[in-house]
Amino acid sequence: MIEIRRIFTHVESIAHEFGPPADQPLLRGAIGIVMTNPYAGRYEPDILPMMDALGAVGVDMAERLRVAMDVPAERIQGYGKGAIVGANGELEHGALWHVPGGYAMRELLGWKGDRNTYAKGNVAQTPAPSSQTANALSIVPSTKKVGAPGTGLDVPMTHINASYVRSHFDAIEVRVPGAPLADEIVFILAMSMGARVHARVGGLVATAISKWDGLR
Amino acid sequence: MKAQIRKIIVQVDEVHIEMGKPISPPTRRALAMAVIHNPLAGSFTENLDELIAIGEELGGLLGDKCVQALGIAPGDAQSYGKAAIVGEAGEIEHAAAILHPKLGAPLRVAVEKGAALVPSSKKRGTLGTAIDVPLGHKDAAFVRSHFDAMEARVSDAPRANEIVVAVVVTDSGRPLARVGGLQAHEAKGLDGLR
Repeated sequence: MIEIRRIFTHVESIAHEFGPPADQPLLRGAIGIVMTNPYAGRYEPDILPMMDALGAVGVDMAERLRVAMDVPAERIQGYGKGAIVGANGELEHGALWHVPGGYAMRELLGWKGDRNTYAKGNVAQTPAPSSQTANALSIVPSTKKVGAPGTGLDVPMTHINASYVRSHFDAIEVRVPGAPLADEIVFILAMSMGARVHARVGGLVATAISKWDGLR
Repeated sequence: MKAQIRKIIVQVDEVHIEMGKPISPPTRRALAMAVIHNPLAGSFTENLDELIAIGEELGGLLGDKCVQALGIAPGDAQSYGKAAIVGEAGEIEHAAAILHPKLGAPLRVAVEKGAALVPSSKKRGTLGTAIDVPLGHKDAAFVRSHFDAMEARVSDAPRANEIVVAVVVTDSGRPLARVGGLQAHEAKGLDGLR
């Protein structure tokens, strides 16, 4: 079921955006895996087997991206994910990425939950801890589309521990030249090492995260 | 540092399966791009030495980035290419000044040897303009399996007074190359052609 055709990594270092150069350039990265879409060309009612099969792919992709960025996992501050489905597939095939993509990256960055519980969607409401006990508490923001080869996807990114951290609302355009073909899907993960390079629109700052509920 | 660099981007594209056939080892191409300020944007300047010096600096910087991204020894590089996209306030000759006089020598150090001409392309463009960087075998330009291209594009560059400079280095030819011609193992690599 898993047939990986191409692996595309993108790492960028942003020194400035016409303002004062950052002390440390902002490092952002994305990885796109081009895979055969096993459901291309037909309506398949049960696509969940693919979600299970993608679990190991997500773990491998997250680590490949971290290696390409050449940074320790503890220094990743923002993340996002996405999918571009080729013309013979449907948007729902891209939605298969939510669980395996998101939890793979969160586990790499220090999340302590049980992804199988979350995958089933029956998560018991537990009160948030009063201090930080883990990392990658936020939902991984995502987007997806059906597109032709070379279609670009603007992958949203947010802070890994609190979605409302305003300085870390960001997006990275990911585009794999020549993919996806009609029977392919590009699955994407993105990570960032910091805030937007000249972030200055106020709001919650990363040092003021206090709820540890993944939001604030 | 002569170049005022706003952004550096490194991409690696690995092909594991092409047309259903496994590619082992996968073909791998690395692209490194620098988005730089064009110091000569906005008016005609006869002397282009400033850009020539920037080209020399970027040849080494971007060549090293590619080799590092591939994780190979410099001597294991097989093909290369270069390109530039000049923003609207610049001149096509600005791309020529960066690419042609001095970029090649430090790039050849980065990939060890490099007897062959470095294939190139250039254009004027705007934010998100794509350029296809032509590729050729680094020691023997006639090696047919290594004629290739890699698309380079920066979503937010070049601004009018910027230039995107791109270098590509590979450790392989095309996947499933089968149109004959001079083979890499037959090349002598002395005259840069065969």
